[in-house]
Amino acid sequence: MRSQVRSPIISGSGLVKRFAGFEAVRGIDFQVRPGEAFGFLGPNGAGKSSTMRMVSCMSPRSGGDLRVLGMDPDTHGPAIRARIGVVPQQDNLDSELTVRQNLHVYGRYFGLTRKQVRAKAVELIDFARLTDRADDDVEPLSGGMKRRLTIARALVNDPEVLLLDEPTTGLDPQARHLLWEKLFALKQSGVTLIITTHYMDEAEQLCDRLVVMDGGKIAAEGSPAELIARHATREVLELRFAPGEQHAAVDAVRDLAERVEVLPDRLLLYTTDGDAATTRAHDRGVRPTSTLVRRSTLEDVFLRLTGRTLVD
Amino acid sequence: MTATVERRAAAATGVVVGSWRAVSLRLEGQWTWYRRHWTASLLSSGLQPVLFLAAMGLGFGSQVRPGPLTGGAPYLAYVAPTVLVSGLITIAVAEAGLPILSGFKWKRDYWAVASSPISPGQLFAAELVWITARLTLGAVLYLAVTALLGGWTNPGALLVAPIAVLAGAACATPVMAFAATTKGDGHVFAAVNRFVVMPMTLFAGTFFPVDRLPVPVRPLAWISPLWHGNELARGVALGGVRLWPALGHLAVLLGVLGLGLAVGRRCFRRRLVV
Repeated sequence: MRSQVRSPIISGSGLVKRFAGFEAVRGIDFQVRPGEAFGFLGPNGAGKSSTMRMVSCMSPRSGGDLRVLGMDPDTHGPAIRARIGVVPQQDNLDSELTVRQNLHVYGRYFGLTRKQVRAKAVELIDFARLTDRADDDVEPLSGGMKRRLTIARALVNDPEVLLLDEPTTGLDPQARHLLWEKLFALKQSGVTLIITTHYMDEAEQLCDRLVVMDGGKIAAEGSPAELIARHATREVLELRFAPGEQHAAVDAVRDLAERVEVLPDRLLLYTTDGDAATTRAHDRGVRPTSTLVRRSTLEDVFLRLTGRTLVD
Repeated sequence: MTATVERRAAAATGVVVGSWRAVSLRLEGQWTWYRRHWTASLLSSGLQPVLFLAAMGLGFGSQVRPGPLTGGAPYLAYVAPTVLVSGLITIAVAEAGLPILSGFKWKRDYWAVASSPISPGQLFAAELVWITARLTLGAVLYLAVTALLGGWTNPGALLVAPIAVLAGAACATPVMAFAATTKGDGHVFAAVNRFVVMPMTLFAGTFFPVDRLPVPVRPLAWISPLWHGNELARGVALGGVRLWPALGHLAVLLGVLGLGLAVGRRCFRRRLVV
């Protein structure tokens, strides 16, 4: 019956997380629907991981309301954890066990029978493309292999919700694309995905909907396309100059775009028609070393909403 | 446009198990590890008391005549029960220190457990039971080897094993709690060993009676769990144990254990649920 419920599978309202003298999450509202891939984006310290930890019932909320699978994490933590999968930011596999043993041992924590975990391990080892390494120790595996195993392990209980905290950080492009493929497959099978990531292309690829968090609050919410439409123009014209020379061109191009951003070696013109803006800039005597017209991306939205200042 | 896929997969297969079952499942995981690494584990910890007995009971003991100091018993029989108690306490403190900190900090497998239906309190209980199980294995081996060496003079010696295991478990719990609150690299555990465990081993009645110590120092021995374990173990091994003092020693060990359980459980939760 649970599968037919269309109400939110996770909902937060006025959700707050405080640590000693510091408010990491400052009253956020969000809803995740069954079967969708939902993203939390934001710079370091935005409150993404704190939110994920509250949702995964590993961190009690300091205020507001939170429901996961219709239950309150404060009172039903184990029951919720039995039905979700958690992929932490940092792998926490047992490096002194084999790939298969990691899955066996972890599956048993979820009350699965030995027969169930044996069968599940075979399925998940195949899913993680680790069949050749199934009985090898985890320690010497590559970062990508460990990450795939961590994700596979989080699926041992056939979770209804899979929480992935920066799932591809530190992986090479091949490993990232392989993981995306796996996450697509999971989504197709109906698993609800909650993802935090720094990678905008990852968010665009994977997320149906996302929120951009900044300073513990939600700065924007919507699908990637909606966010781009709302917070950026259709195209971006990049005018590249020798460092320092870009400042002289600012006044000449200011009215050619909705917004002009000055970077150390280029000007970014946010406009609906990049080619037309290029022609007009040229007509006004602007001579960049190179020009590039591209579509706006989620990264443009992200930087607009959260700024370019480095956050540690 | 929000794409929502109707869930085709069955509901999650995970379930919440009871506390005893949760502890047994974690122990099963530890057993999986132990089956692969048992030789190193047994050699590094289980045989330590046997080696101590060989050195002190047989080696050094060959130079000590039975007399009033040993209650008339051969030195081997005099130190056999207390070497086990002190040995198990040393092992328990070592197992409750860095390996527990590692679960939080380096190996990080406690965080994986915390994201399963098993609670931090159940994890703490399982880790304590696991340490206790290995102490019990060491105690049984020691009992058998000492019997072969003729170190037991009284059937009451069979009680030495549970007393030593209790003393070890009692000392493990506060160290586990301390490990759960340690944020640094664990250098502090070397200091615990050097300034607490080692002096306790030397001066809490393991090798000679506490009344040989200078009077001002004796209270330090009396407050140590090892002294209470030693008194109890030596009493049952050599005979002549008196009821009320024995109950007193037992109460101290159980008290330390109970306090350690309460604090340790709380510290595990505070570390894992933040």
